[in-house]
Amino acid sequence: MGAPVFDRVKSDLGALAEDSAVSHGVLVIGVAPDGVLPLVRALKNRGFDMFLDVTAVDWLGQAARFEVVWHFYSTTDKVRVRVKTRVREEQPEVDSLLSLYGSAAFMERECHEMYGIRFRGNDDLRPLLLYEGFVGHPLRKDYAKEQEQPLVPYREGFQ
Amino acid sequence: MDMRDLRLPNPIKPAFDKPTSDEHVIVNIGPSHPATHGTIQIVAELDGEKIIRTDVHCGYLHRGFEKECESHTWHNLIPYVDRLNYCSALINDFAYCAAVEELMDVEITPRAKYLRTLLAEYSRIADHMTCIAAGLMELGAMTAFLYLVSIRDWIYEHIAQVTGARVTYSYGRIGGLARDLPDGWIERLHWILGQYDDFVGRVHGLVDRNRIFIDRMRDVGVISTADAISYGYTGPMLRSTGAPRDLRKDTPYLAYSELDFEVPVGIKGDNYDRYFVRMREMDESVHMIRQLVDLLAACKGPLNVDDRRCTFPEKEHVYSEIESLINHFKLVMDGPRVPAGEVYVAHEGANGELGFYLVSTGEGTPYKVHVRAPSFVHMGGAHKMLNGYQLADLIPTFGSINMIGGECDR
Repeated sequence: MGAPVFDRVKSDLGALAEDSAVSHGVLVIGVAPDGVLPLVRALKNRGFDMFLDVTAVDWLGQAARFEVVWHFYSTTDKVRVRVKTRVREEQPEVDSLLSLYGSAAFMERECHEMYGIRFRGNDDLRPLLLYEGFVGHPLRKDYAKEQEQPLVPYREGFQ
Repeated sequence: MDMRDLRLPNPIKPAFDKPTSDEHVIVNIGPSHPATHGTIQIVAELDGEKIIRTDVHCGYLHRGFEKECESHTWHNLIPYVDRLNYCSALINDFAYCAAVEELMDVEITPRAKYLRTLLAEYSRIADHMTCIAAGLMELGAMTAFLYLVSIRDWIYEHIAQVTGARVTYSYGRIGGLARDLPDGWIERLHWILGQYDDFVGRVHGLVDRNRIFIDRMRDVGVISTADAISYGYTGPMLRSTGAPRDLRKDTPYLAYSELDFEVPVGIKGDNYDRYFVRMREMDESVHMIRQLVDLLAACKGPLNVDDRRCTFPEKEHVYSEIESLINHFKLVMDGPRVPAGEVYVAHEGANGELGFYLVSTGEGTPYKVHVRAPSFVHMGGAHKMLNGYQLADLIPTFGSINMIGGECDR
């Protein structure tokens, strides 16, 4: 599904989609962290009007530790695009997509609390699924699954 | 310890804590509010009864689903994904299994494909019924609630005859399904669908042109198509605004390309449209199920793929042949070996696009599982449908979003 569509998308994006391939029915575009916003703006102008999802993959031990992954959908072409970039642990920062899509507000908050990715331009990165004051980022690979930090203390005798 | 001495910190920091005018007041609604179903917290600034602005907080049902998934085999996640949208758990099962099958390059058998499609549509009816019934009950329509919930309960018990469970089924399998239909199941299905036509007809008669219902629902909680798309809305929420976007039509999966069905849409994206779109979608699902019964009857082949990488051997062989015993052991202990790679597979869940983003490093355990949950994305734009309306409108509007805590908070 969608191979000719993807060829058209690639030619429309030109140099922005230099590093791209089709994988399992999705066009995957790799980009440098600074190139995310220009690329997504071009994607949006190209008809990818729905921002589906943003998350990250923690490749613990690799130089650029975090891979930030966005998914977009075009309601006209009915195909999906995945945008990926790698950021380093010392500076886990990418541009926010809030200026382009309303859905960015909530989804970037989730990605921030779970992986500690900061989204430049999104000033509201309060915890969403976690609580205020939660320490650490639970979906990072170096956050132990068993680690607990209950907001309400356990009752005596229960541990 | 005296519990009265306990000082608990506030789990949230509201986006605003000062009203914009001395006339206004800020109230906190939830997370355990008797009138909302679902643990959601809404901080609202009110001018009398009118909502000026809202700050929506979810996460009270967060249980670390994605973290937990990283330490179990691919098969063992099936009971977990059941608990995302627990009103239509089978759709989650099938979407997850389809994502793993895509990575493994497994094509399911025609019979499994038809049966999955049938059960997915059956679950969609149950899910929409839950949403509509609860929404009507919150407006005081107890009779309509009981009509719909009776049908839903028949459906639940009927699905339990196939799966063995009423709500969380663990019925999907990578490469197929747990078991085939029991004898007499299809006859019972026809009887339930007949009852469905009768009772849903009565609900239409009670509600559609009811003055109270229309006054509460029409032009309340309106969202435009442009806003809906910008906020990533999918499913009945987006269709209620008039956009005929449905993954079953747009990117057909399972057996949807072989079925005849329509995509109902609303007029202006208000609560009434969301009610009506769901009612019409149930009719379309019934229409599809009746086609699928015929397709299933003509398709007697095997249910599970013959692929030792994912399908469990027959129990009798496990106890009599060493190869099958080893096969069974490896699948249980190590899990199916899924080739390294990443995949995003989305199915049309009852609430909208339910996407699974899986990353495999070639192990029997996923490296990462991420769920694109429609409820979560819908909550991100909920303020658009709440601000400017009355406080009492919050209940039907929130009900029509059909936020399911299990998939929203994960």
